[in-house]
Amino acid sequence: MPSNVSAPATGERRHRRSLAGHIERVLPRLVVAPSLAVALFFVYGYMLWTFLLSLTNSRMLPQYDFVGFAQYARLFANERWHVAATNLVVFGGLFIVSCLVIGLLLAIFLDQRIRQEGALRTVYLYPMALSLIVTGVVWRWLLNPGLGIQAMVRGWGFEDFTFNWLVDSDMAIYTLVIAAVWQASGFVMALFLAGLRSIDDSLFQAAALDGASLPRIYMRIVLPSLRPVVFSAVMILAHIAIKSFDLVMALTGGGPGYATDLPATFMYAHTFTRGQIGLGSASAIMMLCGVLAILVPYLYSELRGQRNG
Amino acid sequence: MKTIHALAAGALLAAAAGQANAAEIEVLHWWTSGGEAKAANLLKEKLEAKGHTWKDFAVAGGAGDSAMTVLKSRAISGNPPAVAQIKGPLIKEWGDMGFLGNIDKAAEDDGWNDFLPEEIAAADKVDGHYAAVPVNIHRINWIWANPEVLEDSGVDHVPQTWDEFFDAADKIREAGYIPLAHGGQPWQDATVFEVVMMGIGGGDFYRKAFVDLDPEALTSDTMIESLKTFKKLRGTMDENIAGRDWNIATSMVINGKAAMQIMGDWAKGEFTAAGMTPGEDYECVAPPMTESMFSYNTDSLAMFDVDDEGQQQAQLDLASIVLSKDFQVQFNQAKGSIPVRLDVSLDDFDACAKASREAFDVAMDEDALVPSLAHGMAVSDSQQGAVFDVITNFFNDPDMKAETASERLVSAVRAAE
Repeated sequence: MPSNVSAPATGERRHRRSLAGHIERVLPRLVVAPSLAVALFFVYGYMLWTFLLSLTNSRMLPQYDFVGFAQYARLFANERWHVAATNLVVFGGLFIVSCLVIGLLLAIFLDQRIRQEGALRTVYLYPMALSLIVTGVVWRWLLNPGLGIQAMVRGWGFEDFTFNWLVDSDMAIYTLVIAAVWQASGFVMALFLAGLRSIDDSLFQAAALDGASLPRIYMRIVLPSLRPVVFSAVMILAHIAIKSFDLVMALTGGGPGYATDLPATFMYAHTFTRGQIGLGSASAIMMLCGVLAILVPYLYSELRGQRNG
Repeated sequence: MKTIHALAAGALLAAAAGQANAAEIEVLHWWTSGGEAKAANLLKEKLEAKGHTWKDFAVAGGAGDSAMTVLKSRAISGNPPAVAQIKGPLIKEWGDMGFLGNIDKAAEDDGWNDFLPEEIAAADKVDGHYAAVPVNIHRINWIWANPEVLEDSGVDHVPQTWDEFFDAADKIREAGYIPLAHGGQPWQDATVFEVVMMGIGGGDFYRKAFVDLDPEALTSDTMIESLKTFKKLRGTMDENIAGRDWNIATSMVINGKAAMQIMGDWAKGEFTAAGMTPGEDYECVAPPMTESMFSYNTDSLAMFDVDDEGQQQAQLDLASIVLSKDFQVQFNQAKGSIPVRLDVSLDDFDACAKASREAFDVAMDEDALVPSLAHGMAVSDSQQGAVFDVITNFFNDPDMKAETASERLVSAVRAAE
């Protein structure tokens, strides 16, 4: 931007004098400044505040008796936190991988120039338009053994059919994966479809001329060129996974017991309803560290790769 | 124009002269469902009859969880409401942080000490001064039963011991009904557990375990037996309890799908709404071995420290309205609880409320009146949460041993201190 404004040496004086030029120079900064200030304050400022609180002995209300990293020690001695952290790894991993695989397959099939592609695309994309609360409630009914899928199949005469993951503490976490994948894979499909469409047809033709089979073309040519799309998809899916709160609340309420607790629900419960702000803040900071630990190396490798390419 | 001016001036004068100490007070509460909202509205009308203005601040949901979250954020921003519904040990916590005022004047004028049960009044005091006013008493240990289902299963009365209960449950199951309706939410699990435990252990044991959180009591044989009995109850429930709300479970008893439910006396509201009469269409009986015991849950209105004299007066007026005899009767009939005043006659109340009062008197004499942990009357929020975690996890994990659970109770409670 600045180079545009002051580039032509002959016009420099005129630019300086004219009010319009001045405004043109200042306006972008003025417009951006408030949102930057707001972002600095509300995002980074509150991160810092949360970190400070995590070092205090705060209970029902924030207070500033610093106790060092004692809250972190308590956090890692907490049974429920271990469940929540493990759940996040299971849920996040399965969710991201399943969405990528299903989204990619759907995109490849839709890309075969089939009829009614527009209508199909809308059908797959529609779950994204629902809020996670709605998704959670719908799946809670579907997965409820007494009135959902299990009851339906038993009604068909298969009396021994059992699908009670929702009420089984070992399996309940997978019901979250099912609902979340149902919601998000259509969106990943749309991302991949756009990526596929941007690949030059001549690449296909050239490969076909060289005698490559269709699966081989996809494996060797198409997938590698979709790498930036995978990058965006993983970024978006990872943040959906980590901030999953409403889905858990609507689908399982964290239960049975606290078997489907995620760090976000753990943080909410302890900070806001149990009067343990210090412990809750420590868990929030651990969530942040988790995100950074995954995203920073990934961002670094991806962005460096792009520069080289 | 002139008349309007004159009218306005007149109104102002009248306001200034007639209600020198009238003020607007904001009241935070979670009385939002049918009967409760009616009860809250009654209080509002009575307060406004005294010339004050009631600014309603109702926060629905989560048995007060959401209301407490809102209250904390208002307090942090330095703008708490004048009156807030707070209960149990939380009143003391707010008082110790210096947020609450003092309503001893109302207590002295009306002689609260003469008619309030001592144990309940104690929870409303901070450093010996009244900072809150109790509104009602709920009894937690109740079984709500559908007599038709029991009869159809060949069970002639609601079981009085746990052995009897499990025998009856087998019969009810064979007859094609669900013996015990339940909702798999942590607070409901804890409600059932504390009822089981108080029956098996008695009042003194309950207080040691769930008020003092004494490690010895928490790992005692009595505790382990209670945990085992509690886990066995899982087999008397249906498979779909996960996440079910309490009122859905109550409706299973109402519809004749299930025989019984263990729940506090707010469940009565659901039966009343379904047009049923206690003693005829449904029964309220104390759960096994808790007949002479009373686990209580009391709502209180805490008064925040305000500078404005008008508001202070409004707080005192509100407190004395709350404890006036006719309000106690009307409010508690609408809410399903019993009056907190011992000198109020229950002649106009239903059979269950009368039974509740009788149990209360007996429990007071026998020292078996205990605060409910599941409803935030016994320990702090964080300790309550820690107990909930262990109980609900034990209940839902088929492989966890009672011994493991009792050890975890000790460590979880210690970690939450």
